[in-house]
Amino acid sequence: MAGNSQEYISHHLTNLTYGKLPAGYVRENADGTTTELTEATWTMALSGKEATDMGFMAFHVDSLGWSLAMGILFAWLFRKAAKSATSGVPGKLQNVVESVVEFVDNTVKETFHGRNPLVAPLALTIFVWVFLMNSLKWVPVDVIPGIAHAAGLPFFKIVPTADPNGTLGLSLGVFLLIIFYSIKVKGVGGFAKELSLTPFNHPIAIPFNLFLEVLGLLTKPLSLALRLFGNMYAGEVVFILIALLPFYLQWVLNVPWAIFHILVIPLQAFIFMVLTIVYLSQAHEDH
Amino acid sequence: MELVYIAAAIMIGLGALGTGIGFALLGGKLLEGTARQPELGPQLQTKTFLMAGLLDAVPMIGVGIAMYLIFVVAPAAA
Repeated sequence: MAGNSQEYISHHLTNLTYGKLPAGYVRENADGTTTELTEATWTMALSGKEATDMGFMAFHVDSLGWSLAMGILFAWLFRKAAKSATSGVPGKLQNVVESVVEFVDNTVKETFHGRNPLVAPLALTIFVWVFLMNSLKWVPVDVIPGIAHAAGLPFFKIVPTADPNGTLGLSLGVFLLIIFYSIKVKGVGGFAKELSLTPFNHPIAIPFNLFLEVLGLLTKPLSLALRLFGNMYAGEVVFILIALLPFYLQWVLNVPWAIFHILVIPLQAFIFMVLTIVYLSQAHEDH
Repeated sequence: MELVYIAAAIMIGLGALGTGIGFALLGGKLLEGTARQPELGPQLQTKTFLMAGLLDAVPMIGVGIAMYLIFVVAPAAA
């Protein structure tokens, strides 16, 4: 990773974007020449600017790929543990999986006050999936992007939750579930009544109530997403900055920061899970 | 474009102030509570970490945006 430090940092903070560049767009190639596209083409972005110019129809291939890989890993691992489960002396994998499931089960029992068989598996999925995606941060910064660079890919960011699109995708799913269960348990009329008549139970206060309640409803997924993104992105930036220091200083700083992340990574996954359960519990309340 | 750096500094600084005071209060209450009822120690600790994560949220969002400003917006505008 040559070049000056500014380039190094921006390079490591850019996602691999696959999208459509409009017709007539002038691209700058790596060797300095420019090519003008005669028609709209689907291609990998060669720079951050190109990624922005692609507009809405652009996919962060690296985030999508790694989140899918972590999801498949989670499903395969837990299925393997479930299939080889014995009631005798358990093996190590079964022990780990059982303790995680028990932990999530206890948390759901304490926090969720409705009746819904979907919530506990959802909580387990969110916890383990977010934990696995976050734990990709422990892989040293240059290892996987170095391999990808040798394979010809211009950028490669491996932590899907350090991508705001990743975390917003997760929280959007949770938001849709909140709305779905609110309407299912309270009915459309009940839900609308709750939105418009709290905290002031008077018809004249309806616009004010609606404003407050809709704002509160919208901050739920937004804060979920941005909390996870902020934690992961800031951690990633500090890892990249430490990688720029001379090699004899790197151990001194990297070790404490990585150890601090042993706290942060599970904690953020846990908080995402607990808040999801709390919001779903609120959506199931009917008096 | 030095204003971008000052903006980032204000964001991180004030966020750190809020987090510091918040965690201090939280930690103090945890110590008091554990001293009064040691058997509730682990339970209180779990809840403290939960509250710590929630408390961290808005300052972390601020830090994330500030990092983005320093490393992506400032070089692009310079």
